[in-house]
Amino acid sequence: MQVNDNKEFQPLIVAFCCNWCSYAGADLSGTNRLNYPTNVKIIRVPCSCRVNPMFILRAFQRGADGVILCGCHPGDCHYTSGNYFTRRRMTLLFSMLDFLGIERDRTRVEWVSAAEGAKFAATMNEFTEAVRKLGPNRRLEDLRCRKQ
Amino acid sequence: MQRIGVFVCHCGTNIAATVDVKTVAEALGHEPGVVISQDYQYMCSESGQNLVKNAIKEHNLTGVVVCSCSPRMHENTFRKAAAAAGLNSYMVEIANIREQCSWIHKDIATATEKAIILGKAAVAKVHLNAPLTAGESPVAKRALVIGGGIAGIQTALDIAEAGFDVDIVEKNPTIGGKMAQIDKTFPTLDCAACILTPKMVEASQNEHITIHSFSEVTDVKGFVGNFTVTIKKKARFVDETKCTGCGLCTEKCPMKKVPNEFNMGLDNRSAIYIPFAQAVPKVATIDPNYCMMMKTGKCGVCSKVCSAGAIDYKQQDKFIEQKYGAIVVATGFNPINLDKYDEFAYNQCPDVVTSLELERLMNAAGPNGGTLLRPSDKTHPHKIVFVQCVGSRCDDSKGKPYCSKICCMYTAKHAMLIREKYPDTEVYVFYIDVRTPGKNFDEFYRRAVEQYNVHYIKGMVGKVTPRSDGKIDVQASDLLANEQLHIDADMVVLAAAIEPDKTARPLATMLTTQMDTNDFFTEAHPKLRPVESATAGIFLSGACQGPKDIPETVAQASAAAAKAIGLLVKNSITCNPCVAHSNELMCNGCSSCEKVCPYGAITYIDKEFRMPDRTTAVRRVANVNPAVCQGCGACTVACPSGAMDLNGFSNSQIMAEVDAICK
Amino acid sequence: MQEAMINRAKQLLADGSVDRVIGWKRGEFVYDITPAVFTSAEELDADFVYDDFTAANVSKYLVKESKKEGKILAFLKPCDTYSFNQLIKEHRIVRENIYVIGIPGGPKLDAERIKANGITGILGAKNDNGTLIIDTVYGEEKMPYYEALSVKCLNCKSKKHVVYDELIGEDGDILDSNRFDMVEKLENMTAQERYDFWREQLSKCIRCNACRNVCPACTCEKCVFDNPDSGVENKAATDSFEENMFHIIRAFHVAGRCTDCGECSRVCPQNIPLHLLNRKFIKDINSLYGDYQAGEDTTSRAPLNDYKQDDCEASIVHERGVE
Repeated sequence: MQVNDNKEFQPLIVAFCCNWCSYAGADLSGTNRLNYPTNVKIIRVPCSCRVNPMFILRAFQRGADGVILCGCHPGDCHYTSGNYFTRRRMTLLFSMLDFLGIERDRTRVEWVSAAEGAKFAATMNEFTEAVRKLGPNRRLEDLRCRKQ
Repeated sequence: MQRIGVFVCHCGTNIAATVDVKTVAEALGHEPGVVISQDYQYMCSESGQNLVKNAIKEHNLTGVVVCSCSPRMHENTFRKAAAAAGLNSYMVEIANIREQCSWIHKDIATATEKAIILGKAAVAKVHLNAPLTAGESPVAKRALVIGGGIAGIQTALDIAEAGFDVDIVEKNPTIGGKMAQIDKTFPTLDCAACILTPKMVEASQNEHITIHSFSEVTDVKGFVGNFTVTIKKKARFVDETKCTGCGLCTEKCPMKKVPNEFNMGLDNRSAIYIPFAQAVPKVATIDPNYCMMMKTGKCGVCSKVCSAGAIDYKQQDKFIEQKYGAIVVATGFNPINLDKYDEFAYNQCPDVVTSLELERLMNAAGPNGGTLLRPSDKTHPHKIVFVQCVGSRCDDSKGKPYCSKICCMYTAKHAMLIREKYPDTEVYVFYIDVRTPGKNFDEFYRRAVEQYNVHYIKGMVGKVTPRSDGKIDVQASDLLANEQLHIDADMVVLAAAIEPDKTARPLATMLTTQMDTNDFFTEAHPKLRPVESATAGIFLSGACQGPKDIPETVAQASAAAAKAIGLLVKNSITCNPCVAHSNELMCNGCSSCEKVCPYGAITYIDKEFRMPDRTTAVRRVANVNPAVCQGCGACTVACPSGAMDLNGFSNSQIMAEVDAICK
Repeated sequence: MQEAMINRAKQLLADGSVDRVIGWKRGEFVYDITPAVFTSAEELDADFVYDDFTAANVSKYLVKESKKEGKILAFLKPCDTYSFNQLIKEHRIVRENIYVIGIPGGPKLDAERIKANGITGILGAKNDNGTLIIDTVYGEEKMPYYEALSVKCLNCKSKKHVVYDELIGEDGDILDSNRFDMVEKLENMTAQERYDFWREQLSKCIRCNACRNVCPACTCEKCVFDNPDSGVENKAATDSFEENMFHIIRAFHVAGRCTDCGECSRVCPQNIPLHLLNRKFIKDINSLYGDYQAGEDTTSRAPLNDYKQDDCEASIVHERGVE
């Protein structure tokens, strides 16, 4: 069957970025004019450990196709240990989502320092493409929230 | 319902070129609660700020959204503007449509669409913002300087000069640090002791300075303005208050075969010792690993000869606790261990020495009284090879990736001093690059080459082999002449890389400060806040932050002092109001939050609650100390019931942003 | 056993060591047994029951009971002691107000599984060498004993009491239970198969909240699902997402705290294997962060409140198992 639709699927990506490293890294990729798709919308949090699994589920419920969580590199957390907790929480959460059959490429944790503007942009490009390949999130969405 | 004003900035063309700001302002104007939505050329300019201020007054705004550059840039600017107009500054939210929108996107249509969504998210958040008031916490008017090298001494002197009490904690029996071991200083060739020892004496005599020598910091609690530090005063088995530093005990001590750390183990000292003649405090210390009395119970000579009665073999470690407003870290550096560098035969041949060992060999107070002799046979060396970058600028795991910065200059100094004193000695320097930025530095290096005829050869030394005739075969390549060289040297001097002191890492953990992968303390901003750590109230002085020479160290030490003084002059500091708080009605008292709090900000209290059936019940509930909490939010996720929430980044605020973005 | 328990309880009530006893009493049917509090010897004689249908874990009831005046006697099966310890660790129950008697545990029978074999009107049941002999109003029936066991007892992890003041009967050992076999089987399916499996299971959820209400780890003063400010409040599973989310959040909230007592699956009226979600977390925690049994002690740090600097990265989820 020939799908007569030239319009590429535009995934909605929610990125949670810690204020001290990754949000600054995102700013740096802006300062250096490093492109990444408009699909990515950033939410600033003080630390990656502020991100409650409920926020991630909420994003999927409301129609996000991918959620990425960025924080300081392990050992560099502004609050010393926040990202270590994040790492355990997200490992377990993502493993559970995988267990429930949710596509694993829809979720990601990436450590991006304030100096890694290029890494931030590259990560966002890569992640957006990975989610684009998966197509719309259907397994973890609330049908009542689906856009018309 | 909030009354929200939206202000969209053009930032000249920075935003306006890729984002249709008029459309953004128009679209956001239709959001619920938005009563005014405007765009302006430069919102951060005075007239831009006035626009915001006037709108707040005119429209009785309860919330403000500025769509502009990153909040890291101007959040404070707009918060202040709001406050000036009578609006609580925490009712302002920034939508980052420059760094995270206009600068990274090219297509105007999609960039504008994204800017609108970011603006909507900010509006949704402001709807749930609540006015926050920053608390105040008092500042203890006393500073702690950790490390008593030149950095620590200078910082302490400057803080004391400003009239504040300051304590120096030094792990060794004397202050002075590495500089005390150095013979001469570049580029002026002053004698290091001549310029350092007066400062040491000044520190010891200053009424505001207390020196805790032979002491370590074992615990740090609290936060900016209010640190409680436990200092362990290690037992030196000599009563500091009684010892006069006469040195009789060190002369009479029968155990004289202890490697002398101060002279890099090149000669020996006694079991009871004063590190060097100008030590401060000039107090003897017993080394319990060698003292006959401590090991076998038979001796006691020092105790007998001490007329002051200062010897106390039963002395115990003592712990003192003190409150400080500011802490300055000045833990300094050490040359790296060269055990892994077999190619330079450092462990095999006594005539292969490090540069710091050479300093002692050349020093008048050193093992040879200042005459440069080979450690192996005490003969005068006639050919000396210097090897640069030993362990510096290394890609492999053996060495350090960074440039140790000081080696080029001190090697030029060594070469020059040797040629000056012993003109018959040939000096070769193998280098990768010669790096001499600094006032009068390059002139100094050129003098070594041009005036003193030091042979500088670009290339690395491949192998150093001690020969049976006592000479050392140095195999190297000359990269400019493109030839292999063999030099039969009498001595080889290795410019070992420098690394942060080993005590720095555990200290960083106690202080909750950040370190880089090389264990250098990370400054709050690499350019704009080079002497502060990211943790409020902790300042960085000297080589603990990165390799530095003496003038730079002193400059940074004074800068750190200035920053510390800036904190100490305040009677109280304003706290970050974006802290966690627990809803007692929902708190289970389960201790999850306490376990993940890096600051120990959470404690539990038993509180009486009125129950629905007119009874009362005592429940254990969490209590956050807002002065200690730094607002990371780890506790909010650890809390299963959602009783713990974070001001400024509440669950509902973040979810509102998620919803706005996903709508 | 029931006799010994009643006698000991009466003794302790009589000498004033305890003021109340938490045990079980029978409902309308023999297999309909629920936790109950007794305050006198008469009540104990009349209603106290402990038999093969007595499966409920009473430790959660102690959250409220232990805060009342006086001391309460609690009979705990081995699996219940883990829940009890975990509640002590979380400061949810007042240990001083409880006298714990450890009693032998299962395997327990599940009336629903007997009924599933077409056997109704149950009056009693007895294991006879692997065959369950059931006394019914219609006469005697037989079925394989194993098939009548409660799901929570099929992979018993431990017959050892981790906390007690005294024991009635013998203490057992920690068992090698193969309790992760089913989790592993699911892990080895494809993502689509797993999705289909869980969709089929979770779509049965009627949001009765029985799993939450029975769970000894779910003792929050106010559950996030009942709190309109939490952003996840909901009362009904009207959409597939809500079914998923409720169970994901619930499993996450008890991750590292769930002792694997199996009560959630036991009480689920729709027979959703909810314990598999908890076991998935337990299995991950064991394999990624080292073996950890919640409730084994009262001092160790819960794995989610702890970290190691060299913990694996979240990308490990991408690297193992079946996509």
